[in-house]
Amino acid sequence: MTQVTLTPLSLASFAVILLIAQTAVVSILIKNEKLMTTVCFCLSAIASFAATAAGVWTVSLGTARSAIMELGLPGLPFHLRLDPLSGYFLVLIGLLSFFVSIYSIGYVKGFLGRRPVARLCVFYNLFLAGMFMVVLADDALFFLISWETMAAASYFLVMFEDEQVENRRAAFLYIVVAHVGAVAILLAFGVMAGLAAGFDDFSGFTFDAMRQAEFPAEWATVAFLLAFFGFGAKAGIVPLHVWLPEAHPVAPSNISALMSGVMLKTAIYGLLRVAFDLIKNIPWWWGALVIVIGIISALIGILYAMMEKDIKRLLAYSSVENIGIIMIGIGMTMVFKAFGQEILAALSLIAALYHAMNHALFKGLLFMGAGAVLHATHERNMEEMGGLIHKMPWTAVFFLVGCISISALPPFNGFVSEWLTFQAFLLSPSLPSPMMKLLMPLGAALLALTAALAAACFVKAFGVTFLGQWRGHNRPQVHEVCWSMRIGMGMAALSCLLLGILPTVFINCMDVVAEHLTGGKLTTSANALGWIWLTPIAPERASYSGLVVFLGTIAIYAIVYIILHVNPGKIHRGPIWDCGFEKLTNRMQYNATSFSMPLRRIFGFIFNLKEEVRLVPQQAHSAFPKKLIYSLRIRDRFWNWIYKPIASTSFWISRKVGRLQQGRINTYLIYSFITIIFLLLFVR
Amino acid sequence: METITQINSFLAALVLLTAFGMLSQKRISSLIHLFTWQGLFLSINTAIVGYVAGRHHLYISSILTLSLKVILLPYILHVLIARLKHRKDVETVVNIPTTMLIGIVLVIFSYHLTAPVRELSTFITRSTLAIALATVMIGLLMMITRRHAVTQIIGFLAMENGLFFAATSTTYGMPLVVELGVALDVLIAAFIFGMFFFQIHTTFDSLDVDQMARLKEES
Amino acid sequence: MVAGFIIELLQITLVIGLAPIFAGWVKMLKCWSQGRSSPSILQPYRNLLKLFSKDIILAENASWIFRFMPYLVFGTGAMVSAIIPILSTDLPLSLTADVIVLVALFATARFFTALAGMDIGTAFGGMGSSREMMIASIAEPAMLMAIFTVSLSCGSTSLARIVETIYSPASVIKPSLVFAFIAFVLITLAETGRVPVDNPATHLELTMVHEAMILEYSGRHLALIEWAGMMKLFLYISLGVALFAPMGIAVYATPAGISLAFIYLLLKLGFSGIVIVLIETGFAKMRLFRLTEFLGAAFLMATLGMLSFFMLE
Repeated sequence: MTQVTLTPLSLASFAVILLIAQTAVVSILIKNEKLMTTVCFCLSAIASFAATAAGVWTVSLGTARSAIMELGLPGLPFHLRLDPLSGYFLVLIGLLSFFVSIYSIGYVKGFLGRRPVARLCVFYNLFLAGMFMVVLADDALFFLISWETMAAASYFLVMFEDEQVENRRAAFLYIVVAHVGAVAILLAFGVMAGLAAGFDDFSGFTFDAMRQAEFPAEWATVAFLLAFFGFGAKAGIVPLHVWLPEAHPVAPSNISALMSGVMLKTAIYGLLRVAFDLIKNIPWWWGALVIVIGIISALIGILYAMMEKDIKRLLAYSSVENIGIIMIGIGMTMVFKAFGQEILAALSLIAALYHAMNHALFKGLLFMGAGAVLHATHERNMEEMGGLIHKMPWTAVFFLVGCISISALPPFNGFVSEWLTFQAFLLSPSLPSPMMKLLMPLGAALLALTAALAAACFVKAFGVTFLGQWRGHNRPQVHEVCWSMRIGMGMAALSCLLLGILPTVFINCMDVVAEHLTGGKLTTSANALGWIWLTPIAPERASYSGLVVFLGTIAIYAIVYIILHVNPGKIHRGPIWDCGFEKLTNRMQYNATSFSMPLRRIFGFIFNLKEEVRLVPQQAHSAFPKKLIYSLRIRDRFWNWIYKPIASTSFWISRKVGRLQQGRINTYLIYSFITIIFLLLFVR
Repeated sequence: METITQINSFLAALVLLTAFGMLSQKRISSLIHLFTWQGLFLSINTAIVGYVAGRHHLYISSILTLSLKVILLPYILHVLIARLKHRKDVETVVNIPTTMLIGIVLVIFSYHLTAPVRELSTFITRSTLAIALATVMIGLLMMITRRHAVTQIIGFLAMENGLFFAATSTTYGMPLVVELGVALDVLIAAFIFGMFFFQIHTTFDSLDVDQMARLKEES
Repeated sequence: MVAGFIIELLQITLVIGLAPIFAGWVKMLKCWSQGRSSPSILQPYRNLLKLFSKDIILAENASWIFRFMPYLVFGTGAMVSAIIPILSTDLPLSLTADVIVLVALFATARFFTALAGMDIGTAFGGMGSSREMMIASIAEPAMLMAIFTVSLSCGSTSLARIVETIYSPASVIKPSLVFAFIAFVLITLAETGRVPVDNPATHLELTMVHEAMILEYSGRHLALIEWAGMMKLFLYISLGVALFAPMGIAVYATPAGISLAFIYLLLKLGFSGIVIVLIETGFAKMRLFRLTEFLGAAFLMATLGMLSFFMLE
C-alpha cells in the first residue's frame, strides 16, 4: 500500500470521490428527505471547496502533475493530470458550485414533498463530478466518459419537472445536440489519436501521445474544426445555440446556474485544451474563424435576449452572448499566437479566461436570483412581476450586482474582462497582415455594440422584475428567500465585486496559465505601477484601477450626502403623479415588451417577428373599441434556417429506411444473409 | 512632400465621404450637390498631383474636370430634374443602412485588392488607390440599388470620377489625349442619357427604370 | 505629488463651478440667436439654489435606487472631472481610467438613471428609460469607434498620452481624426440630450427622453441631477478638446501653465457654445425613429475614420 500524500491531484480526486459517494448518502437517508438535502448539499459544498482549493494550489505551484488509475478497460487505464489550465477551470467550476451548493440547501427545500428530491440530489452530485472529471482527464477515453456523465446527469436534471410536455421536449433537444457534439469531439480525438500513434495502436488515445505528435496541417485542421463544432455545440455558439434557451429555463434554477455558469465553460476548456495544448501549431485563419463566430454569437445572443420576457430565457440567451465574447478572446489569442506575438496572445487569453470566470460568477448569480424570484412568485414571465425590490430587498441587491457586472460597467468584474478584450483588439496594428489589422478594430466596434445592448437588456431585466409596481393580474404573497439562498447569492455578488476591483491580483495568479499555453507573460508589464493599477502591455498605453473608481465614487457620494444633509429639507411621501388622469393602473407601466420595442424596430430584420393587433369593437360605438389585443411572437430564425431542414431531411430518410421494416421474419433473415455475403466478399 | 501626401490623402478621404454621402442621400438635388463637391475635390487633387509630379498636362485635365463635372454636368442635371418635374425623392431597391454596410464592405474589399499595388508602387499617391477603387465600386452599387434613372446616371458619373481618381493616383494621370477623349465621352453620354430620359418620360410618364421591364416580350 | 492633487481639486471645483455658467452661456446665446432677451448667465445657479432649498416629494413606492441615483450621477461626474486632462496632463489620478473607462463610467450613470426612471412605475419613466437605452445602445459603440480611431493613431488609450501625442508639432491634420471628430460631435449631441436628438428645455410629453426619466424628481435630488447634466455637457466638451484640440493644456503643472490653460479653456468653451447653438437653431428635433439615421451617420463617420486611418496613414 503506498502512502497517500496530500497533493492537488489527490485533493481533487477526493472531491470527485466524495461527490460520487453521495449516492450512498442519499440511499441511506432517503427516509428523511429534509435531512438528506441538507447533508447532501453541505457535502457537495465541501467537495466543491476542496476542488477549488486543489485548483488554487495547482495554479500557484504552476507545474503539471499526472497520475494513472488502473480502472476501466484492461490495457486502457484512466489518465489524470492537473496542470495550470485544468487548475484554473477547477477553480472556476469549484467556486460557483460551492456557492450554488449552499444556495441549493434552501432552494431544494421548496421541492420537498412535491417532487422526488432524491433524484435531484443524486444527479446534481453526478453532474458536478462529471464536470470535475472532464477537467482532470488526460486521455480521450476518460475525457469522453466524463463528458457523457456530465451530459447525461444534466439531461435528467433538465427533465426534473417532467410532467410538462415543454420540459420533455427541451430535454430531448438538449440531449440530441449534446450527442451530435459528442460525436464530433469523438471524431476529433479519433483523428488526433490515429495520427499520433497510427491506427493499429491504442496508445495514441492519451493526451500525452497527442501532445508529442506533430500533425500535418490539413489533418490538424480537420481535427480542430470537428472539435470546434463539438465543443461549440456544448458552449452554445450561434448557430448551435438553440438548445440553450429551451433547456436552461426549464431546469431547476440551481441547475440552470450551474449549466449556464460552468457547464458551458467545460466546452471552453475543451477547446483550449485541443487547440493550444494538443495541436499547438495554429494557423491564423482558425483564429479569424473563431473571432467571427464569436462576434456573431455575441450580437445575436444579446439581441434575442433583449426581446425575451421570460427571465430565464433572457439569461440563457445572454449566455450565448458571453460565450461569444469568450470566443472572441480565444480567437484573438490564436491570431496573435500564429503571428508570434506571445505577449499579446497572453493578453487576449487572459481576457478570455477572465471573462469565463466572470461569466460563471455573474451568470450563476443571476440564475440564482431568478430562482429566488421564481421561488417567491412562481412565475417566470417578467411581465407578471414588478416592485419586488420592496418585498425582496436582499435578492434585489444581489441581482442588481449581477446586472451591473454583466453589463460591463465599472467597477464590477464584467468590465475588466471586456476592457482587456478591447485593449487586445486595439493592439491589432502590430499584426503583419494588413487585412487583420483593418478588420480587428471593426470587431471591437461590434463588441462595443454588444456591451451597450447588454446594458439595455439588463436595465430591462432588473427594471421590469424588481422596480415599478406589481404588473400581474393577481398579486401573490411574496416574501424574501431563506438565509442559505441569500448567503449563496451574497458570496457570488461579493466575488463579482472583488474580481472587479482587484484585477491585478487575480491576473498575477492567472499568468502562469497563459504562459503555459502561449509562451507569453503579462505579469512583468501588468504590474509596472503596483497592484492598484492594471496596466497591460505598458502604463502609457492604457491603465485602469477599479479600486480607485470604487473608492472615489463612494467618497464623493459620502461627501455630497453629508453636505446636503447638514440642513436637509423635509421629505414628503405622496402618491404617484398621474398627470390628472386619475385612472392610472399598474397595467399601464412599461413592461418587457414595450421596453424593447424601439430596439425591436431597429433590429427587426434579425428576428422572425409576428406582430398582431386586433381591435374588439364595442356594440354601441364602433369608433371606441372595447379592448385592444396585441400579440407578439418571436421565433429564432436559425430554427427555420438550419434545424427545420435538418429535421425534415432526417424524417424523410427515416421514412425511406422505414420501408425496410416489413414485420416478416423471413425478410429480416434475407437482410442478414445479404449482409453476411457482402462482408465475406469484402474481407476476402 | 509630407504635407502634399497629407493633402492628397485628405482629399481622397473627402472623395470617399462624398461617395458615401451620395449613397445615403434621399433627395436628388442634394445628390447632385454632393456630386458637384466630389468633382471639385477631384479637380483640386489633380492640380496638386500635377504640381508635385511636374506633369503640366494634369493642370489641363484639372480645369477640364472643373468645368465639366463641377459646372456643366450638374447644371444639365439640375435642368433635367426641373424639366422632368418629377418627385424629389430617391427611390431605393435596398434600404439605406444596408447599402451603407455594403459600401463599407466594398471599401475593405478594395483595400484588400490593392494591397499588392501598394507594396510595389513608389508614387506618393499610392495609398489613395484603394479609395479610388472603392469610389468606382460605390458608384456601381448606387446604380444597382437605385430605381430612378437620374440617380443611375449620377452613379455612372461617380464611377467615372473614381476611375479618373485611380488614374491620377497610380500613374499620375493618363495621356492627355485619352483624358480628353474620356471627357468627351462622358459629356456625350450625359447628353444621350438626357435625351433618353425625355423619351422614357414621355413614353411611360415615369423615370422608374423598373418600367423598362415592360419592354420585355410577353412570354 | 501634492501639487498634482491640488490640480485635481482645482479641476473638480472648476468643472462643478463652471458647468452651470457654461449652461447659462449656451442659454444666453440661444436666446440671442432667436432674438429674445436672455436671462443672466448665472441663471442656472439661481435655479439650482432654488431647488436645493425646497422640500422633496417622493412617490410612495420609491425605492432606494430612486434616492441613490442623483448622488451616483453627480459622483460619476466629479470622478470623471478628476481624470480628464482639462487643465493639465500631470494628474496623479489620470491612471485610474483611460478613455474606454470614461465612456463606461458615463454608461454606469446612465444605467442607474434608466433604472430610477423605471422605479416609480409610471408610463413616462419607463418610456424615457426605454428610449434612452435605445439611443445609448447605438451612440455608445459609435463613440467608442471614434475614440478607437484616435487611440489607434496615438498608440494609446490613455488620455494624457493622447493629449501629448496630438499636441506634438509633428502631427498635422489627419483625415481619420477629422472623421472621428465629426462623429464625436454628433454623438456628443446625442449623449448630452441636445437638440436633434432630445430637447433639454421641453416637457412635451411625447418627445421627452431624458426629462421623462427624471419627471418624478424634486428638491435637492432634482438639483443634483440637473447639475450633473450640466457637468456632463461640460465634460464631453472637455473630452473632445482633449482628444482633438488639446492646444494649451499644460503638460507640466506650473502656475503660469495652468493659468494659460485656463484661458485657453475659456476660449474653447465659448467657441463650442457657439457651435452648439448654431446646430440647435439650425436643426429641428428629429422623430425618435429618424434618430437611427442620425446615429448611423455618426457610426459611419467613425468607421470611415478608422478605415482611412489604416488606408491612408
